[in-house]
Order: sequence, then structure tokens, then C-alpha cells
Amino acid sequence: MTRKRRRLYILMLCAIGLGSATALTLTAFQDNLVFFRSPSDIVAETPPEGRAFRLGGLVEAGSVVRDATYDGRPAITFRVTDGAHAIPVVFNGVLPDLFREGQGVVTQGVMGTDGTFRAREVLARHDETYMPPEVADALKRAGHWQPEAGAPPPPNQWNTLRGTQPAAANTPRTGS
Amino acid sequence: MIPEIGHFALIMALMLSVAQSVLPLWGAHRGDARLMATASPLAFAGLVAVGVGFGALIWSFVVNDTTVMNVVQNSHSAKPLIYKITGTWGNHEGSMVLWVLTLAICAAAVAGFGRDLPSGLKSRVLAVMGMISLGFLAFTLFTSNPFDRVWPPPPDGQGLNPLLQDIGLAIHPPLLYVGYVGYAVTFAFAVAALIEGRVDAAWGRWVRPWSLAAWAFLTMGIAIGSWWAYYELGWGGFWFWDPVENASLLPWLVGAALLHSAIVVEKREALKVWTVLLALLAFALSLLGTFLVRSGVLNSVHSFASDPARGVFILGLLAVYVAGAFALFAWRAPAMAPQGVFAPLSREGGIVLNNLLLCSITAVVFVGTLYPLFLDLLTGQMISVGPPFYNMATAPLAFPLVVAMAMGPLMAWKRAAFWPVLQRLWWAACIALLAFILALVLGGWNALPALGFACGFWLLAGAAVDIGDRSGLGRTKFANVMNRARHLPRAAWGAAIAHAGMGVTILGISGMGLATERLIALPAGGTTQFAGYEWRLDHVRDFQGPNWTARKASITVLRDGQVQFVMEPSRRFFPVGRMTTTEAAIRTNLARDLYAVLGEERDGPTGQREAVLRMHHKPLAPWIWIGAGIMALGAGLSLSDRRVRIAAPNRRRREAEEAARAGAPA
Repeated sequence: MTRKRRRLYILMLCAIGLGSATALTLTAFQDNLVFFRSPSDIVAETPPEGRAFRLGGLVEAGSVVRDATYDGRPAITFRVTDGAHAIPVVFNGVLPDLFREGQGVVTQGVMGTDGTFRAREVLARHDETYMPPEVADALKRAGHWQPEAGAPPPPNQWNTLRGTQPAAANTPRTGS
Repeated sequence: MIPEIGHFALIMALMLSVAQSVLPLWGAHRGDARLMATASPLAFAGLVAVGVGFGALIWSFVVNDTTVMNVVQNSHSAKPLIYKITGTWGNHEGSMVLWVLTLAICAAAVAGFGRDLPSGLKSRVLAVMGMISLGFLAFTLFTSNPFDRVWPPPPDGQGLNPLLQDIGLAIHPPLLYVGYVGYAVTFAFAVAALIEGRVDAAWGRWVRPWSLAAWAFLTMGIAIGSWWAYYELGWGGFWFWDPVENASLLPWLVGAALLHSAIVVEKREALKVWTVLLALLAFALSLLGTFLVRSGVLNSVHSFASDPARGVFILGLLAVYVAGAFALFAWRAPAMAPQGVFAPLSREGGIVLNNLLLCSITAVVFVGTLYPLFLDLLTGQMISVGPPFYNMATAPLAFPLVVAMAMGPLMAWKRAAFWPVLQRLWWAACIALLAFILALVLGGWNALPALGFACGFWLLAGAAVDIGDRSGLGRTKFANVMNRARHLPRAAWGAAIAHAGMGVTILGISGMGLATERLIALPAGGTTQFAGYEWRLDHVRDFQGPNWTARKASITVLRDGQVQFVMEPSRRFFPVGRMTTTEAAIRTNLARDLYAVLGEERDGPTGQREAVLRMHHKPLAPWIWIGAGIMALGAGLSLSDRRVRIAAPNRRRREAEEAARAGAPA
């Protein structure tokens, strides 16, 4: 085996390895990228059926029902809002420790045909003052929270804000 | 007063690291023995200085000194002593001091154990470590000083995140840091070799133990982190493909490639440039991990603070070290000619395949981890990449890796034949096939876990074949075999054990693939059937802990009417910080875990109080971490091999004697 031959073999192996890694990454990306959508995004454009995505926003104050039943199992229902729109969510399972009304939440699951989001996962957050960046962004886009002006409004006022800013609430996002 | 001493000690350490990065390097360049001789004392002094700093910080936490900002933000007088101590590194500033301390310990170890290292190489290695230490000390002092004072002092601290008040946290970061920093040592060796323009077998012999040690610690660190997530977060999973988890997996994968290719450098003087590149990559990925975790770019349990100044500083360090090292590599590597020639089908060829697949997996995980970050940065679109992506993209690469893993050690160096290897492995293949069919039938026709079981048994049997073959099993009398097995080099045992450990871990992961769960709301006294047991909720009561209160459920688990055991999952409430944590109850018999979580309490349909319970049945779950422990044990056994301990110094002594002889007549 000459040195040149050996180098050729190794280069070929590398090309195969790198090529298959790229191919695998791309195919896996195609089916498994999970997009983030805010309630306003969902109202503006119905998400494709059966495809998982992340829904984030604030848990609407007073919307949490802890003794619901769904699919024959104990469930929790609540509404996720970005101030402009709210989406009902149903979740079978034990909520993470930091789930509270009025606080930021990110859930992952699929949209049901009845317009209810079936969450498979409610992502845990580790700090009660923490606002998921996606949620902060969704709130800013809906025109309900300017981070420069301070902390997000208290939860009990959250959905009453709708009337004060009709323009921001009803115009679909045109990109910021 | 004590915090000022600590602060001063860290500044001293910074000064010492400046000297350590300049003097020995200059000495090695000029061939000045006196300057080179400063390297070791400077490393020892650096260790003392950082040690004093770290000690002062621990002291501030233990006495709950509320004039120190860091203590105020992360501690509380009501916290148990053990968590006051571990809380020292449970925050950003303290963990950076721990990082620097680990680095100082490693530098002192190189200085202490490396008495027989060629002095030029040793001074360059220590100088490079001094530069790394310089960067991180500057980062700590300028952007995250743990000794900042606050005046007037508040009455008490704000408490440590309750999730982090756990024994797993006490050992997870230090182990991980030893791993990361161990790659700083191999990185320093690689840079020193590039400066010298020479990589030889002796270099490989020095790099191998460090890469082994770093890998063993990283393995343990990752395993304990995963175990902590399993029992503390209460989700019942062991690996979430969270970006921060991936950040520790990346150096582990490249490190595994490095410790294999270092063998080739040591034994055959081939793959030298490649090994140097892997050593650079392993540390670059360790730094990237530190950046991702510490900058707050990613948000998870691990990111303590998101201060942009810190992110920019670490990114700067990353750029300087990595770009510097790779520029040096591009400049000097072409000069290092390969020597050992080997056929594609050989032990070396097997290791090349191992490296290739490990690097491909690394690339896939790297892209999956960073792609959402870049997409957000460039287009503002928010996406996430979850477990399905990683499972789908890494499994096809991991499968051939596992298949080759049992075959590689049976191949001869230089040139091997395929047929004899297959002949020796045929019964391992039979066992794997049997495991596949059995798992398929018993596990409810799940192809992927069944394939995992086949892989696990293939590795276990492959490791047995490897040891049996080396000790002449079937070719000589049994007594001889035992005798030979006893006298096999420890590195051979280490390799077989580490490969078997991987098999055990794969079996555990496959078992998890067959896990089942049940979510149910039960009133007190209510029962349910699950996983072959009868579960009875006796009561849910209040419970008082040292710095928390809890609701604790008592579940009696019965089989055939006989009480087996009682499980007590609870939810803890921490008044300081106003946080709740879930404490899962786990009952293991090593073949399976029963896992129970207490959820909400609510009014049921009949008006009775009900508690929501989630129960999991997880076959073979503990094997995941046991396997990781076995892997680390194998690496440790390799590390204790006679050749590692004795051969390198001996060779060095011979060289020194030869040099003395050559020098004497002149």
C-alpha cells in the first residue's frame, strides 16, 4: 500500500463520513425542526395539522382548570395569551414546578381540529422572574410589553389591555 | 477581611499566570535553563494563590457573610452547611473560581508528575496553561468578581435555587470541570508540540494519560448530571438533548476520538497531525461549552446569569485561544511528516473509522445545538431542535460505530484480515441476534429498543472475546488462560472494560425505550394496577424540612396482596425564593426502576380530595449510569497501566543519558 493510496482511502472515508453526516442532518432537520408560534401567529395563519410546534405566551389569569379530564385521564386546561389573542391548551400530566397564572410559559404539542392546543410537554422554567425569550418577543410583537418600560404588566390586567390598543392587537404582524 | 484576602490572592494568581505564560516560553525559545526552571515553581505558586482565593470564598459562604454580594445573591443562613459549601460553585462567579482552581491543580500536576518531561516541552506546556489561566482569571476578576462587597449588608441572603440544593450538584460541576480542564492540558501539549514542530511516541505517551483522565472525569460528570436530572427534575427522563447537555457531550465525543488516536501516535507514530487537531478541538469544544453555559445565550437550569459583557468576554477568549491555536496548526502542521504506514484494514484503520464516526456524530450534535442560535441571530426566527432530530441523525452513525467497536480491538496493528476477526466474533453475533429476537418478542415489537439490546450484548460479548482471545482461551489449558489473563496489560483490561461499560449503558438506554407510564388521580385509599403491582395511595400529608415545607404522599405498593414497599413522592415549597420542587420517589432493584411523582391535589368528581400521581416503570434504567461508571473505571484502569507510569519517564531518562553521552565528549 503506497502512501498516496492510503491517503486516498482516508480521504474517501472522510468524504463518506462527512457526506452521510450532512445528509442525515438535513433529512432530520426537514421533519424535526420545531417552530415557535405565538397565539397571534396561530390566529393569523392556521398551523399545519399534526405537526408539532411550540406555543408560548403568558398563562391567562383565571383560566387554569386543574380538575379537568381529557382522553380519560386527569388533565389541566388553561389559555395562553400574548395580549392580543388567546389559545386554549389541554395538558395531560404533572405541571412543572414553576407553572403559574400570569407567568410566561412555553408548551410543545400539536393543534387539535377543535382549535385546542394539545400540549405534550410544558417546559419547565427554573426561576420565577424568568421570561422565556420567545415569550418576551411574542409579547413585544403583540404590542403589549415594551421591555424598556419595565416588567410585564400584572396578570390580572393582562387581557384587559386588549381594548386600549386595538390597532396593535388586530393588525397581523408585518415583521418588526 | 477574609474576602479581601481572597480577592488579593486571585490578583496574585493573575500576576503569577502572566509570569508563567511569558518566562518559560521565552526560556524555551532561548534555550535558557534558568528561565525554563521557573515554570514549575510558578505553577505551584499559582495553585496556592487560587487555592487561598477559593478557600476565602468558601469561608464567606460558610459564615454567611452578607457583605459579600455573591453570598447575598446565592446563599441564606437557613441553608444546611453542606449546601452552603457546595453553593460556593452553584453560581456563576464561584464556578469560575472553581474552573481556575481545577486548572491550577492540573498545571501543578503537570509540574509535579512531569519531572521527567523534556524541559523544553514541559516549559512550553506550562506556559500555554499559564495563558489559559491568565484569560480565565482576568475574566473572573474583571467581569465576575466573586468578592464584590455590598454596603449596608442586607439582613440575610436570597437563597440558592432549590433545584441546586442537592448532593448531585455538589459533585457534578467539579467532575465536569476536571474533564474540561483535562483537555486544557492536552491542548497545551498540542500547542507545545506545534511550537516545537515535533510529535513523537513520547508525546503520545504523555498525552494519552491526560486525555484518558479527562475523559473519565467527563464521563462521570455527564453521568451524574444525567442522574441528577433523572431523580431531581421529576420528568423521568435521563437525557433531554438540552443545548447545555450537548455542550458537555461534544468534548466527550471528540475526547473519545482523541484518546483512541493518541494510542496510534504512541504505538505506531501515525495519525500525528490528526491527533494534534483532535486535542485542539477537544479543548475548543470545552471552551464553547463554557461559553454557551456561562454567557446566558442559552437558557436552562445551568445558566446563572445573562450578562452580555460576560458573553462577549468569553467569546473573545474563545476566539483568541481557538483562532490562535488553529493558526499555529495551519502554519506548523504541514511540517510534521507521518511515519507509520498501515493498511485500511488494521487496528489503525479501525481507530480511523472510530474517529471518523465520532467526529461525524460530534458534527451532527454541534449543528443541532447551534443552528437555532444562528437562525435566531440572522433571521430572528425562533425554532428549537428536539430529541427526535438527535435520535434520527445520530443513531445511523452510532450503529456502525458500535458494530466496529467490538471488532477493532481484535484486529492486528498494521495489517489485519477480516475473516479471522469474524471467526472469533461469530458467537458474539449469535448472542446479539438472539437478544434482538427476544427483545422484539418480549418488548412488544419495538424495533429500535431491540436493536439497542442487540448492540449492547454485541459489545459485552465482544469485550469478552477480546479478553479471551488475548489470554489464549481455547488454545491452551484453562490454568494457563487464567494466568495469562491476570498478566494482561491493564490497558487491555481497561479497553475491554470500557467497551463493555458502553454496552451496559446501551442496554440501559434500550430498556428506557420500553418504559411505560400511567397518569391517574386517586383519592386517599384509592388503588390502581400498574406494571404488575397494585398501588395504593394511603394519604397526602404536610411535612416540615429544614428550609422547606412539603406535601408528601404515601403510596403502598403491593403484589398479590402482599405489601412490598412504601413510596413517598413529595412536592417541596421553599419560602426563601418562593419556589416549589418535585421530589420523585424511586424504587430500584437494578433490573428496573419504579418512579412516582406527586402532582396536583384537586377535588374529584365525587367531591373527594384527589391527588394526581404519575408512575413510571423503567426497565434497566440504573444500567445507564452503572455503564458510565464502568466506562470511567476502564479508563482509570488504562491509566494505571505500567507503561503509562513507567515507560515514558524511562524513555526520557534514556534520552537524557544519550544526550549526556553525546554532550560529554564535546
